[in-house]
Amino acid sequence: MLDLSDYGTSDFFHILKRRHPELLTTLNSSDVVPNPHVPESSFRHYEGTTVLAVVYDAGVVMAGDRQATEGYQVGERRIQKVYPVDRHSAIAVAGAAGPCIEMAKLFQVEVEFYEKTEGVSLSLEGQANFLSHLVRANLGLAMQGLIVLPLFAGYDVKRQSGRIFKYDAIGGRYEEDDYYAIGSGGKDARATLKKRYTPQINRQDALEIIVEALWDAADEDIATGGPDLIRKIFPILYTVTEDGVTEVPEATVEALYREFISRL
Amino acid sequence: MSTPYYVSPEQIRQDKEDFVRRGIAQAKEVVVLEYREGLLMVAENPRKTTFKISEIYDRIAFAAAGRIAEYEILRVVGIREAEIKGFRYYREDVTAKWLTNLYSQHMGAVAQAWDAKPLEIELLVCELGAADAPDGSTLRNNRIYHIAFDGIYSEEEKYAVIGGRATAITGILQQHYADDLELSAALQLVTDTFRTVEADAEDNYQITPQTIEVACLEQTVERRKFRRLSTDEVTALLS
Repeated sequence: MLDLSDYGTSDFFHILKRRHPELLTTLNSSDVVPNPHVPESSFRHYEGTTVLAVVYDAGVVMAGDRQATEGYQVGERRIQKVYPVDRHSAIAVAGAAGPCIEMAKLFQVEVEFYEKTEGVSLSLEGQANFLSHLVRANLGLAMQGLIVLPLFAGYDVKRQSGRIFKYDAIGGRYEEDDYYAIGSGGKDARATLKKRYTPQINRQDALEIIVEALWDAADEDIATGGPDLIRKIFPILYTVTEDGVTEVPEATVEALYREFISRL
Repeated sequence: MSTPYYVSPEQIRQDKEDFVRRGIAQAKEVVVLEYREGLLMVAENPRKTTFKISEIYDRIAFAAAGRIAEYEILRVVGIREAEIKGFRYYREDVTAKWLTNLYSQHMGAVAQAWDAKPLEIELLVCELGAADAPDGSTLRNNRIYHIAFDGIYSEEEKYAVIGGRATAITGILQQHYADDLELSAALQLVTDTFRTVEADAEDNYQITPQTIEVACLEQTVERRKFRRLSTDEVTALLS
């Protein structure tokens, strides 16, 4: 017979921890202990870098570059760091790529599981709070240098505005009003956004300053990937508005970059 | 020590079946029907938040008739198991056939347990076929499974009905069902069928957009194919 005992919890993470801890090896890692006899170089892994979010008049835009690094090498040129979560939210991740992607995937399933079992969407605030728990669950790995930091953004249907949440390594949750960027090039991207951002910015202007911010991040930070005009690889951008989460078409992003470069 | 009376297995089975049949006879019906763009599900249900039809997974929906407490838990467990499987492997590896077997085993085990009452429910598990299926036909790849209280299930073609008057409704659909109906025509067919059987009923249940629950699995670009239709949408489709 099916085990019906955890009826009543809409927390998928809790169910996995209880029933299938083997599926959460990285996100439930307090028992992972480094072995001093194994050289650190054999633990090389991919790192994902700059992601950002910008509030604009109709919602929020989330964006991320496409590069993952492995030490001083390019590990992956087309990695995805921004993921839609539900109809009104998206998550972007920076840090150790494997656990990053796992966290984004688990978070998306968590929110959808809640929605399907309860019949109503988990509020944006509820999603932001839950993400704190996921970050905190990764503390064991974070202490060993495998840090995962998400940036979370969404359209708050009640407030009718875009909102951005950032996190620290121990699960602290902080809200940003206008824009934020994290990852190795986050500081450089923030510097550009700080100069170029204006409140109630429209979509086109928001996309333009994001393209510029990611360009500056790639220019200053070796781990951040710029637009690759030869391989046709461009950052991934999502807009989150009342109407849902929409990916900005690649052709639009390319056009934005070509226009930006022509002005340099 | 007294010897327990011998009761034949046939007798036990028959008793349980009679018991469930009396329960299900009271249950309002749910119809699932293949139409041009997917699968339409309609139930007689005036309530706004307690549903008979719900989303399980990307392409899979669930419909139930009978006792709500008994099927609600199976609905949630179905979502749980589907999400676990999709998380472990890949979302496309979650199929209606697998989920049907899961329900079937559970319901069969409950029905056979000597100290448990059989579940007074019937289920439909529906799956929208992949649009890029090798034979090019989305319609033929749709799956409809009908699970009886004792876990015995059957794979249905084009339409299926659960609930008290399932036989009568199936009879009407047999006469009037056509392939490739538009969504509005398919919905009209089901509501007309409901009206026909309600005309013979004592409680005079009025079939209006407010008294039916409508959902569909439709071929869209979205990952989640399930869509619940609002009363306004139903009104527009039926006008």
